[in-house]
Amino acid sequence: MSIEDRLYAVRYRVDDKSHLTIRDQAVCETCPTKACEWFCPADVYAWDAGERRILVAYENCLECGTCRIACAEHNIEWTYPTGGYGIAYKFG
Amino acid sequence: MRVSAPRFDAIVVGAGPAGSVAAYTMASQGMRVALIERGEFPGAKNVFGGVLYRKPLEDIIPEFWKEAPLERKVVEQRLWVLGKDSVVSLGYRSARFKEPPNAWTGQRAKFDAWLAGKAERAGAIPIYETVATSLIRDGEKVVGVRTDRDEGDLYASVVIIADGVNSLLAKSLGVHREWNPDQVSLAVKEVLALPKDIIQARFGVEEGDGVTIELVGETCGMAGLGFLYTNQDTLSIGVGVMVSDLRKKKVKPYQVLDGIKQHPEIQRLIAGGETKEYAAHLIPEGGFDAMPPLAGDGWMICGDAAQMVNAAHREGTDLALLSGRLAGETAVACHATGDWSAGGLGAYTRAVKESIIHRDLKKYRGLHGLLSGPQVELLFGALPQALNDAVYEMLSVDGESKRDKQKRAAALLREAAGGTAGLIGIGWRGWRAMNG
Repeated sequence: MSIEDRLYAVRYRVDDKSHLTIRDQAVCETCPTKACEWFCPADVYAWDAGERRILVAYENCLECGTCRIACAEHNIEWTYPTGGYGIAYKFG
Repeated sequence: MRVSAPRFDAIVVGAGPAGSVAAYTMASQGMRVALIERGEFPGAKNVFGGVLYRKPLEDIIPEFWKEAPLERKVVEQRLWVLGKDSVVSLGYRSARFKEPPNAWTGQRAKFDAWLAGKAERAGAIPIYETVATSLIRDGEKVVGVRTDRDEGDLYASVVIIADGVNSLLAKSLGVHREWNPDQVSLAVKEVLALPKDIIQARFGVEEGDGVTIELVGETCGMAGLGFLYTNQDTLSIGVGVMVSDLRKKKVKPYQVLDGIKQHPEIQRLIAGGETKEYAAHLIPEGGFDAMPPLAGDGWMICGDAAQMVNAAHREGTDLALLSGRLAGETAVACHATGDWSAGGLGAYTRAVKESIIHRDLKKYRGLHGLLSGPQVELLFGALPQALNDAVYEMLSVDGESKRDKQKRAAALLREAAGGTAGLIGIGWRGWRAMNG
């Protein structure tokens, strides 16, 4: 099952502003692992080789907090979405 | 302090099991309580594997199971050690788990909403769809919270921090460091819809009864466990792996889950299940040594925010419920005396120390070191496979003598562990970790 199909099953109320911010794209550019491309369970982070930056699909975020702890450079500013927005699990 | 700002006896941040029980306990005793929750409804942000135990909540709400939304009574618990295409299984089934039930499977979005409703009916004031963005202090003392609402400052004699594993508030207190990647696991989970009668036939249970299966192995050599639980007309399947291991391996979390879902013995149980939800959540697994200070001047911390998870026994929700009750009871006592100082609230720390939270986590305090050490690939990769191969050897009738088979089976385990000394060493370290 693809991640797109998985995320399609999830209910979100998407905030119009991102709750995830890359503090300094220059840090990502020199990051040797770009581990955020695989440790995120929702594929929120993707390295754009053309633009030389990490793209952040915050709309898909499951708010687990892995990136907050796993980014070795501590380069991801992680906050909660605005009250009432973001993920809304039906089962949990 | 603005004169118009609302003032409560207590503010609880987070309407999960810890927060709602704390709010319920205090509101039932006539305290003015605000219950803040950032989700669209209580439970909207919450995920767990799926087992709820009777005892911790029964002590607070007798016979809660007659009204709470629960799934199936857990009458059988299995442990499956997975090899590539085989499984060594151990299970226990007993009618004694039925009356009264020891545990149920459940779903947190439903259960937590119900529990928060109990707190509301007891008089707690719900402030949902609201993020508590920071603590308001008067000197060292915590006196309230700032929220993301306009004019959203709230004041109280005590703030109970029960906002889960990503507790930005607890972190802002500065009493402990951020979790290390080896102190948290990432669990990913799917809820699969299947008709009741198919679930009952496949798992060999009757209406209302259910099975849990814990899975060891096939986590790509990462420290982690999988699970497969039966709900009424859904299955919960998931896997949790330590974030530090996940960072090392170039494997996506849902690929680990896919691997487990495609295991032939699991495939047989979940076949035809339609994915209704995909979820991810961190589990605080740092254990005893990762627990932060639990109380101070005007604050207490409960549940996941305080690393109260017994990973060896898949217990987290029950410890959260218990810590919420202990915090609530402490607040009730402080309300009576008017002593909200670190000294007065320290009664909560003492109560946790005397409870099973402290005692159980202390027993397993060595587990964190074992699971974050160099033997992880062995414990979660090579050994489960070697055990499967050894059992295969013993059970295959192929003309070889039993004596030779036994030798070969023992050799497989020994080789996997790096010799006899390695095997004894693993056994010893495992024993120590669980009896520290």
